[in-house]
Amino acid sequence: MEFFERFAVPHPSPAIYASMVAIVLVSIAIVVGITYFKKWGYLWREWLTTVDHKKIGIMYLISALLMLFRGGADAIMMRAQLAKPENTLLDAQHYNEIFTTHGVVMIIFMAMPFIFAFMNIVVPLQIGARDVAFPRLNAISFWLFFAGAMLFNISFVVGGSPDAGWTSYFPLAGTDFSQSVGTNYYMIAIQISGIGSLMTGINMITTILNMRAPGMTLMKMPMFTCSSFISCIIILFAFPVLTIALIMCTTDRLFATNFFTSTDGGMDMLWANLFWIWGHPEVYILILPAFGIYSEVISTFSQRNLYGYKSMVGSMVIISLLSFFVWTHHFFTMGQGALTNSIFSITTMAIAVPTGVKIFNWLLTMYKGKIRFTVPMLYAVGFIPLFTVGGVTGVMLAMSAADYQYHNTMFLVAHFHNTIIPGVVFAMLAGLTYYWPKMFGFMLNERIGKWGFWFLTIGFCLAFFPMYITGLDGQARRMYTYSESTGFGPLNMLSFIGAGLMAIAFIIIVYNVLYSIKNSPRNVGDEPWNARSLEWATHNPVPEYNFARTPHVASSEAFWDAKKKGHELFKGEIEKIHMPNNSGVPFIMGIIFFICGFSFVFALWIPVVVSLIGIFACMTLRSFEKDDGRYISADEVKATEAKFGGAKS
Amino acid sequence: MKRTLLLSFMMLAVFLAGCEPLLVLDPKGPQAARQASDTWLLIVLMSGIVIIVLVLLIYMLVKFRASKQPEDYEPPHIEGSPVVEGIFIGIPIIIVTFLSFVSVKSNYIVENTPEGYVDQEPLVIYASSSNWKWHFSYPEENIETVNYLYIPTDRALEFKLYSYGPITSFWIPQLGGQKYAMADMVTTLHLAADMPGEYMGRNANFSGKGFAENTFQVTAMSQTQFDEWVQEVHETAEPLTEETFEQLLEPGHLGRMTFTGTHLGFNPPPEHDHGAETVHDEHADHAAEQH
Repeated sequence: MEFFERFAVPHPSPAIYASMVAIVLVSIAIVVGITYFKKWGYLWREWLTTVDHKKIGIMYLISALLMLFRGGADAIMMRAQLAKPENTLLDAQHYNEIFTTHGVVMIIFMAMPFIFAFMNIVVPLQIGARDVAFPRLNAISFWLFFAGAMLFNISFVVGGSPDAGWTSYFPLAGTDFSQSVGTNYYMIAIQISGIGSLMTGINMITTILNMRAPGMTLMKMPMFTCSSFISCIIILFAFPVLTIALIMCTTDRLFATNFFTSTDGGMDMLWANLFWIWGHPEVYILILPAFGIYSEVISTFSQRNLYGYKSMVGSMVIISLLSFFVWTHHFFTMGQGALTNSIFSITTMAIAVPTGVKIFNWLLTMYKGKIRFTVPMLYAVGFIPLFTVGGVTGVMLAMSAADYQYHNTMFLVAHFHNTIIPGVVFAMLAGLTYYWPKMFGFMLNERIGKWGFWFLTIGFCLAFFPMYITGLDGQARRMYTYSESTGFGPLNMLSFIGAGLMAIAFIIIVYNVLYSIKNSPRNVGDEPWNARSLEWATHNPVPEYNFARTPHVASSEAFWDAKKKGHELFKGEIEKIHMPNNSGVPFIMGIIFFICGFSFVFALWIPVVVSLIGIFACMTLRSFEKDDGRYISADEVKATEAKFGGAKS
Repeated sequence: MKRTLLLSFMMLAVFLAGCEPLLVLDPKGPQAARQASDTWLLIVLMSGIVIIVLVLLIYMLVKFRASKQPEDYEPPHIEGSPVVEGIFIGIPIIIVTFLSFVSVKSNYIVENTPEGYVDQEPLVIYASSSNWKWHFSYPEENIETVNYLYIPTDRALEFKLYSYGPITSFWIPQLGGQKYAMADMVTTLHLAADMPGEYMGRNANFSGKGFAENTFQVTAMSQTQFDEWVQEVHETAEPLTEETFEQLLEPGHLGRMTFTGTHLGFNPPPEHDHGAETVHDEHADHAAEQH
C-alpha cells in the first residue's frame, strides 16, 4: 500500500477527482471507438508509424490544439479566481499549480508543436523537397514531444502538478520547498520533449541546407522557410543549455547534488541565468516562424511581393544574435548593479530596431497592393498594431531602472501575452486557416472564421489591457487572491470577461473545423488563395511524394513567376520517386521514453534501467537495420496526378 | 479592429486619469519619482509609436483594399529601397539611443544613495524574508520588527535584503522599485521617503503557498517621531532570543511583532557576496592552508 501512496495527489479536490474520472472515461471511449470501427490497423499504418512530414505536421497540429485547450482551461480558472476580491474558487496551492502548468503547457506543449507543425508541413513543400532530411528522426522528434506532453499532463492526477511557476526558480523548486513530485514532472517532461525539439532543429537545418530545389539559393527561399531556418539555428544553440540545466536540477532533486541549492556551494541564481539563456532565445524561436507566416499571408493577400526581402532576412539574423545577449533583463532586480543592468538594457532595446524594420516592411508590402480581408489576413492585420503595443511595452520593461517597478507585476504579464498571443497564436491561427486547404483539400468557412477572429481580438484586448493598469497599481503576478481595498476588483473582472470571450472564440474555431468538415465543398482546386510561393505549386491535399517532378526555381516567388511570367517550374518526364519506409520504432521509443520518464519522476530505478536499456536497444537495432526506402513507380505517380486533374506544368 | 483598439486606448486614458493615481505613478520618494517620470516619458513616447503604426496601417488598409481597386488592377513589384529602409531603421535607432542614455542614467540614480541625500548617513535596515513574513532589523537602533516597517522621512534608507528560503522581492511601489532577497547573497536597495504616510509593501516574487499575503505596512514619519518610536520599543518590547527567532522562521503568517535586539548577531546575513572581493580572500585562505 505504501508503494501506491506516492501516486496519490497531495492536494486533491472534487475537480481533480472529476478529471480523473473524465480521463478514464475518455480513454475507454477512444479505445472502444477505435476497436468498434476497426481502425487500429489504419491508425497504425497511416499515422503511428508514418514518417511523412505532412502527417507528422498534422499530428503536431492536433496535439497543439489539444494543449491549447488544456492551457486555456487553466487560464479561465485563473481569471475566474481573480475576477473578484477574496474569491474562494481555488485555494493557493491549486492556483499555484494551475499558473505553473498554464505557462509550461502554453510555451512548451502548445506554441512549440504549433510552429513545428507548420515547419513540418510547409518547409519541405516550400523548398520543393520530398520529405525532411531525416524522416525517421522526425517521427522520433514528434513522439518524444508527445511522450513529454502526456507525461506532463498526467501530473495533476498522478502525484501532483508542479507548483513553482513555469520559471521554476530555485530554491523554491528544490526539495526543501517543493516536496511533491510535481517539479520532477516539470524537469523530466520538458527534458524529453526538449530532446525532440533539438532533433527537429537539426533535422530542419539539414533539410533546408541540403534539399532545396535547383535554383533556390539561400536568399531565394520563401520567407517562412527562411524564418524557420533561423529559428532552428537558435534551437541548436539554446536547447542544449536547457538540457544541461534540467539535468542539473534533476540531479539536485533526485540525487541531492547542490548545483542550485543555497547551501554547500550551490547557487540559486545560476538556475535563473541558465533558464533564461535558453528562455529568452526560446521566445524568438517561437516568434520568428510566426513572422514567416505573416510574411506569406500579408504578401499573398496584398497581392504584392514581400517588401524588403533582404532587410527581412537581415533583421531576423540580427534578432537571432541579439536574442542570446539579453537574458539578464528577466532579472534586472537580482542585484547585478548599474553597469550590468545598463548593458543588458541597451542590448534589449536594440532588438526593437530589427523588429521595427519588420513591422514597416509588412506595412510597405501592403502599399499599392490589392488587399483582400480573408481570415488569415485579418489575423495578420490584427497582429500589426497589437504586437506593436506588446513591443513598445517591451521597450518599457527594457528600461532597467523603471523595470524595478514593472518586474513581477501584471504589467509584465500583460506585456508577454501581448507579444505571444497576437505574435504567435494569431500567426498559428492564420497559418491554420491559410494552409488548411493544403493539408486537407477543403477550406475552412470564412464567415465563421471571421467571427472567431473578432471574438478573439476583442476578448484579447479586454483580457490583457487592464493588466497594464493593475500592474502599475501594484498588483503582483501569481497572487491567488487580493483584498477589496486594493481596488483591483473591477479591472480583474474585465479581464475575466475578456478571457471568456477568448474562450468563446476558440469554441467558434473548433466549431468552424467541424462545420467545414461537414459542409465545405471538396476538391477546392490547387489555387484557393492566389498564392505566390512554391508550396502552392502542387496539388491540394498534397500527394505523398509532394511534387511529381522536381521544381526549378528562379526567385522566392516561384509559383507567382510560373503563373505570371511564364517561368517553367517543372521540366522533364515523370520518373519513379524514392520515398522513405514507415517505421514503428519511433512510436515504440516514445512509449519507452514515457515509461522511463514516469519512473524517473517517482524514482523507480528498476523500470528506469529497464526502459533505458530498451531505448538503447531501439537505437542499436536501427544502426544494424538495412532500410533503403522504397520507390513509387512512374505509372503510379502518373495515375495519382491524373486523379488530381493532370500533372502540373 | 481599429475601433476596438481606439476604444481600449480611450479606456486606458480614462483609467490613468480618472480614478485614484496608480501606485507606481504616485511616488512619495526620490527613487520612485525618477521611475515614475521615466514611466511617463515611456508612455508618451511609446503611445506615439503605436499611433504612427496604427495610422500607417489604417492608411494602407483603407487606400489599398481590393474593393476599391479596379478588377484588373495588378499590384506592382517593388523591391526594398535603401532610402525608405534607411529611414525606418534610422528613426528607431535614434529613439533607442535616446532611451539608452535615459536608462543608463536612471540605473546609476536608483542604484545609489538618492540625490540630495548623499551628505547624510543613511539609515541601514536589514530586511529578510522567511516563508511568508518580513523581518526588519535596525542594527543601529538595536530593534527588530516583523511585518511592519517604520521609517523616518527625509533620510536616505539603505535596505540590505536577504532571504531565509525562496527568492523573494522587496517592493514598496510608492518609494521605489523592487529588488530580490536571496538566501546566498545580500542585495542592497536604496530608497528614501519624502512624505509621511502609510505605504503598501510586499514581496513581489512568487515564493509558494503564502505568497499572496506576504505583505507589510510601511509607515513614514518625521525623524523625531521615529526616535520616539525607537525609544518606546526599547521600553516596552521583549528581547529577541535565538529560540524565538527560530520559531519565527517556521512557515506561516504572523501579525506585527516588535523586539529589542536583532537576529544579526546569532543568525548573520549571508554577506559573503559572490563578487570579486571575496575571491581574493579565498585565495588568501588557500595560500594560508598550503603554508
